[in-house]
Amino acid sequence: MARGRRVFEGRGRMIAELGAFALMLALALSMGQTALSAAGRLRHSALLQGAGEGAALGAFIAVLIAFLALMDAFIRSDFSVANVANNSTTTEPMFYKVTGVWGSHEGSVLLWNLVLTGFGALIVLFGDNLPRALKALTVMVQGLLAVLFIGYTVFASSPFARLANPPVQGNPLNPILQDPTFAIHPPFLYCGYVGFSVVFSLAVAALIEGRVDAAWARWVRPWALTAWSFLTVGIMLGSFWSYYTQGWGGWWFWDPVENASFMPWLAGAALLHSAIVTEKRGTLVGWTVFLALIAFTLSMLGTFLVRSGVLTSVHAFAVDPTRGTILLTIVAAAVGAAFALFAWRASKLSGGGLFSPVSREGALVLNNLFLSTACATVLLGTLYPLIRQALTPNNPISVGPPFFALTFNPLMIITLLIVPFGPLLAWKRGDLRAAAMSLRIPAALALACGLVALAVMQPRMALSCAGLALGFWLIFGALAELAERSRVGRVAAMESLRRLGGLPRGAWGTTLAHAGLGVFVLGACFESSWKLENAQTLSPGQTMSIGAYSLKLDSVTPIDGAGYSAEHAVISASRNGNPICTLSPERRTYPAAAGQTTSKKSICVLGASDLYVGLDDGQQNPDDIHAWVVRAYWYPWARFIFIGPVLMALGGLISLSDRRLRFSMPQRAKAKGGPLKTEPAE
Amino acid sequence: MRRGLAGALAVAAAAVMLIGAADDPSDRLKSPAEESRARALFQQLRCVVCQNESIDDSEADLAQDLRRIVRTQIAQGRSDDQVRAFLVQRYGQFILLKPPLSPGNATLWLTPLVLVLAGGAYVWRRSRAVRREEPALTPAEEKALGRLQAPAGAKEAPHSEV
Repeated sequence: MARGRRVFEGRGRMIAELGAFALMLALALSMGQTALSAAGRLRHSALLQGAGEGAALGAFIAVLIAFLALMDAFIRSDFSVANVANNSTTTEPMFYKVTGVWGSHEGSVLLWNLVLTGFGALIVLFGDNLPRALKALTVMVQGLLAVLFIGYTVFASSPFARLANPPVQGNPLNPILQDPTFAIHPPFLYCGYVGFSVVFSLAVAALIEGRVDAAWARWVRPWALTAWSFLTVGIMLGSFWSYYTQGWGGWWFWDPVENASFMPWLAGAALLHSAIVTEKRGTLVGWTVFLALIAFTLSMLGTFLVRSGVLTSVHAFAVDPTRGTILLTIVAAAVGAAFALFAWRASKLSGGGLFSPVSREGALVLNNLFLSTACATVLLGTLYPLIRQALTPNNPISVGPPFFALTFNPLMIITLLIVPFGPLLAWKRGDLRAAAMSLRIPAALALACGLVALAVMQPRMALSCAGLALGFWLIFGALAELAERSRVGRVAAMESLRRLGGLPRGAWGTTLAHAGLGVFVLGACFESSWKLENAQTLSPGQTMSIGAYSLKLDSVTPIDGAGYSAEHAVISASRNGNPICTLSPERRTYPAAAGQTTSKKSICVLGASDLYVGLDDGQQNPDDIHAWVVRAYWYPWARFIFIGPVLMALGGLISLSDRRLRFSMPQRAKAKGGPLKTEPAE
Repeated sequence: MRRGLAGALAVAAAAVMLIGAADDPSDRLKSPAEESRARALFQQLRCVVCQNESIDDSEADLAQDLRRIVRTQIAQGRSDDQVRAFLVQRYGQFILLKPPLSPGNATLWLTPLVLVLAGGAYVWRRSRAVRREEPALTPAEEKALGRLQAPAGAKEAPHSEV
C-alpha cells in the first residue's frame, strides 16, 4: 500500500518537473527562434530562417507540453504543486479541475504563453505567402515577445513550484468562477488579445524592412479579423457570465477589467477598417501601422494593468502587485521599442494619401476617427483616477458609468448612424445621393419601428425609442447593401438570387457583422430601458408579481451538490393564470471556501427575454414562519445583447473564409499581375 | 503572500456576490417617485470601500448605511444636489461616479470632444486638398477616356461583383 502510494507520487513528481523543464526548453527555443530568424534575414539564408521557424514550432510544442503537465497535476489533484493546492480541491467536478488550470495568475500566464507561441507556429505554417524577409522578421518579433513572457513565467511566475509539505486538501477555485461560461471565457479572450500579437509583429517587421504597402495590409487583415472575432466572443462570454450569475441585469459596468478588454476591441475594429483602405487605396499606411501596434499594446496593457492591482476592479481575481510591476516593465519595454521604431520610420512610410469625403474610404476614415476617439475616451476614463491621484493624492475621484454614458455613447451613436452608408459608397468618388436613395426604405422602416415603440412601450421613453430605431437602422441598412448588390426589384427575381449567391463572402461577412451590431443595440437599448425588478419576502405558498408575471414560492428544500450545500427553491411562474415555467434558484454554501455563499439564479427564457429569479437569505417573519427574500427581474430582449456579438464574430469568420482574404491569396494576386490589382471591395 | 492573495480573492468575491440588496422590501420609501429618485442617486454614488461598485449594486455595510442616508434625506425633502453635496462633504469627490465638470477635471471631460474635433478638422483638410489637387479632366483627356472605355461597354457600376 505504502509502496504503491510512493510510486504514484513519484510519477506525479516527474510530470510536474517535466512541465517546468518544457517551459525552460520553450524559453531556449524562443531565444533560438529570435536569433536564428534575425540571422536568416541578415544573411539571406533560407537555412537559418528555416531553423528559426523550426524553433518557433518547437517552442509551441514545448509550451503545450508544459500546459498539459499542469493540467495533469490539476486532474490528479497533485497538491504538492503549490498552484494546484491553491486553486483546486478533490471535491470539484472534473470540468472545474481542468479549467482551474487558468484560474490562477500563474496558470493564466501559461495560457497566454501557449496562445502566443501558438500564433507564432501559425505564422510559420500559414505565412508561406509572406515575402521571405518579412516572414523572417515577423517570426523574429513573435519570438522576442515569447522570450519576454516565457522568461517572466520561468523566473517570476512558475506554475510548477512545489510545496515541501503538501496539504491533504487544496483551496478551491473561487466559487463564483465555477461556471461553464466563465471557464471558457479566458481562452477566447486570450486568443483575441494575443491574436493581435501577430499584427503587432507584422507591423514591427514591416517597419524594420521600411516597407509598408497595400500587400502588407492584405496580410494583416486575416490575422486582425481572427483576433477581433475571438475577442468579440471572449468579451461577450464575460459579459454574459456577469449577466446571468450576478443577477440584477448587469452586463456592462465600465469596470477597468471590462474596459481593458474593450479598448483592444475598439482599436481592432478600427484596424480592420483602416486596413481595408490601405489595401484597396494604398493610403492611411502610417495610421494602419499605428493601429496594428496599438491593438496589441492595449491588449497587454489591459491584461497586466488589471493584474498588477494598479487599478481596482470588481472582478480582478488574480492580483499581485510585485509581479505586476515586473509585467508592466516587460510591456513597457516591448511597447516602447515598437513605438520608438515607429517614430523613427513613420516619416518614411509613403501613402499618407488624400481622399474625397464622399467615398468608401471617406466613410472608413470617419469610422476610424470615431472608433479611435472612443477608444481614447475609454482609456482616459480608465486611467484618469490614477493620474489625478498622482497629481493630487488627497482628493481622489471616481470615473464611473455616468461619465461613459455622456462621452462614449454619443461618439458611438454618430458612428452607428454612418455605418450603413459605408458599404454603399464607391471607392474614390461615391455618390451620396444614390446611397441615400438605396437607404430610404431602411430609414423609413427604422423610423416606423421607433415610432411603434414610442406608441406601445410603457413607460414612454423617447430616447430609448430613438435607440431602438438606430438598431433597426443598422439591421435594415445592412440588408439594403445586399439588396443593392443583388439589384432586387430592378432585375428578375432569379437573377437577383443568382447575384446574391455570387456575392463574395466578404460582403456577407460585412452584412452579418453590421446587422449583429444592430441586434446588439436593440438588446442593449430595450433591456436597459424597460427592465423590471421586484423583491419580496415570501414564505412557501405566497406569491408576488413582476410585470405581467406572477411568481409563487412552492417550496424551499436543503440539498447537497458537488462541493456545496444549498437551499433549493421551487418557484412557479404564470401569466394570467396560465403556467409558464418553473424556476429553481439556489442559495449555495461552499464549506471549502470558508462558508462563502453564492446565489444561483434561475432563468426562464421567454423568446429573447429573460425572467430571472434569485433567492436571498431566509428570515423569520412575524408569524414565525420561515421566509425568504425572492428577487425577481424581467429583462426584455436581453438575449439580443449576446446574440449580436456572436453574429459579429460570425461575420468576421465568414469574411475570413473569403477567397480574397485567404492567407495564400497575395501570391495568386501577384501571379495575376501585382497585389494592388483593383478588386471590388466587399 | 499566498494568504494575502487568497484574502484579496475572498474580498473581491464577496463584493461581487452579495449584490442586489438596494431593493430590500423593508427599506423602500413609501412614495414611488421618491424611491425611484433614490435608486437613480444610488447608481451615481460609489460604495467607497468596495472595489468598484455603486451603492445600488453593493451589499457592503457601508453601502447599506449610505442608502439609508440617501433615503432619509430624500424623505426629508432634500434635493438630489443637496444629497450629493452632503455626501461629498463627508466622503470627498471619490463618492461621485460622475466627476463634476470642474477646472481640475476639464482634461477628462473635454479630451473626447477635443480629439474628435481636432481629428475631424485634420480629416476635413485632407479631404479638401484632394479636390484642389485633382482637377477635372480636360476635354482631350475626357475623349481619351471615352476611347478607352468604349470596348468595355457601359460605365462600370460602383458595386460590380467578381
